[in-house]
Amino acid sequence: MRIEKHPILSFEKKKKIHFTFNGKDLVGYEGDTIAAALHDNGIMHYSNSIVKHRPRGFYCAIGNCGSCNMTVDGVSNVKTCITPLKDGMTVLSEKDEVTIHG
Amino acid sequence: MVKRDLIIVGAGPAGLSAAKIALEAGLSVTIIERSPMLGGQLTKQTHKFFGSKEEYAKTRGIDIAKILISELDNYKDKIEILQEATVVGMYKDYVLTIYQGNKYFKLEAKAIIIATGASEKVLAFENNDLPGIYGAGAVQTLMNLYGVLPGQEVVMVGSGNIGLIVSYQMIQAGVKVKALLEAAPTIGGYLVHAAKLVRLGVPIITKTTVKKAFGKEKLEKIQTVKLDDHWEYIDGTEAEITCDALCISVGLSPLHQLLSMAEIEMIYVNELGGLIPKKNSNYETSMPHVYACGDVTGIEEASSAMVEGKIAGLMAAAGLGNPHPNHKQLEKQFKDQLMNLRQGPCGVKIRQGLEKAGEAI
Repeated sequence: MRIEKHPILSFEKKKKIHFTFNGKDLVGYEGDTIAAALHDNGIMHYSNSIVKHRPRGFYCAIGNCGSCNMTVDGVSNVKTCITPLKDGMTVLSEKDEVTIHG
Repeated sequence: MVKRDLIIVGAGPAGLSAAKIALEAGLSVTIIERSPMLGGQLTKQTHKFFGSKEEYAKTRGIDIAKILISELDNYKDKIEILQEATVVGMYKDYVLTIYQGNKYFKLEAKAIIIATGASEKVLAFENNDLPGIYGAGAVQTLMNLYGVLPGQEVVMVGSGNIGLIVSYQMIQAGVKVKALLEAAPTIGGYLVHAAKLVRLGVPIITKTTVKKAFGKEKLEKIQTVKLDDHWEYIDGTEAEITCDALCISVGLSPLHQLLSMAEIEMIYVNELGGLIPKKNSNYETSMPHVYACGDVTGIEEASSAMVEGKIAGLMAAAGLGNPHPNHKQLEKQFKDQLMNLRQGPCGVKIRQGLEKAGEAI
C-alpha cells in the first residue's frame, strides 16, 4: 500500500515497472527498490532461514542484515532492499539451500 | 592498480562532509556508497534538525542531504562517485575490495576515511524474525523514500528519539500507531517529540517490552509484558496487541567491520553503541592515514557526524601534505562546534563514552 496524502512529502505517480515474483506478474514504480515494490504488493516473505526454514522479510533496509536476500535475474543473495527495480526483472524467493564447494 | 588520493567509504552526512573539505583542500576524492542514492540516513529524515546554524538547524534532513550533495558539484573533475558499490574488504596495504554490479575489483588509496555509519540493533524475544518486524529506520526508509506503508496498525518498541520521531512520521503517513513500548521507567528521547505523540493519542507504555510475536507467514499480534526494577518479566502482566507491523528502535551498532578487518585497534564502549575504533583527536585510527567519522566511531546525531566528517577530511588532506588553506582556523572551528554539540544533559552518555574510549572532549 502506498501513502496517499502526506503533509511534507509528495509522491507523484511514477512510471510503472513490470516484474515477476515467483512467476507472478507484478507492478512497481520507477525509483522503487525490489523490496519496496514487493512490500507495496503485500509480499513480506522474501527468504527463509537456512536451518529451520523460517520465513524472513526485510529488517534493516540499508543493505546490511541480509534478511531480504533474494534471487534476481538468476543471481542469488541480491540485497533487494538496496537494489533498484528494473523492467522485466525476475525475482525469486531465496532458496534455503547451502552448497559447500570443494 | 591506480592509486587514489582519498577513498571515502559511505556517503552519509559524515562521508559527504569529509569529501567537501578534502576537495576544498585539493585532494582527488573517490566516494564508495552501497545504496543507489547519496545522503545516507538523511535521505529519509523529514524532521527538522536541532543544533545551531552551522549544523543546518531547522532544516529537514532530506534537504540537508540535497545541500551536501550539491556542494560537491563544484568539483566534478576531482570527484569519482561509485554507487551501488559495497566495500567488502579492507587490508593493511591500503587496498579495498569492492563489489559492484556482480563483479569484484580492487582500489588502492593513499588515505581512507571510513564513514560507514551504523545498523539497527535487534531485540531478543520469541519469533522476533517474523516478516513484519522491522527496524524503525527501515520503516522510515520504506515510507519516506518509497512512499510505501509498513502496515496499518503498528507498535513501536523504544522511546529514544528515533522511536519517537518515526512513530510521529508513521502517523503523518496515515498509519495507526497502537502503542509505544519502553523498557525503562522513563522516556528516552526529547520530551517535545513524546508530547506530540501523546497529544495524538498514542499510549506510551513504560517498564514494558515485547515477550513474544505471533503469526504464521507474517506478524499478526504481539504479547507484551511488564518489567520490574531489575528488567525481569513480571509474570501475570502479559497483554496482547494485534498489529501487522512492529518497529524495533532499541539502539544502533557502529558498522565497524572494515576497520576490524584491517586489524585497526578497536575498543568496546557500551555508551557509544559497541565496538568502535580507537582514534586520536584528529579522527585518525591506529592505521596511519586511515580516519573514521560519524556513527562508526560511536552513535551520536547526524549533526555531529557532519562535523566529525569535516575534521576527518581536513586531517586526511593535511596528512597527505595538502593542508586546507584555512586548516588552523577550520580545525578550531570544527572542534569547538563538536564540543558545543556534546554539551548539556543530552550529551552525558556521549561524554561518558568518549572518556571510556580514552578521548578527551
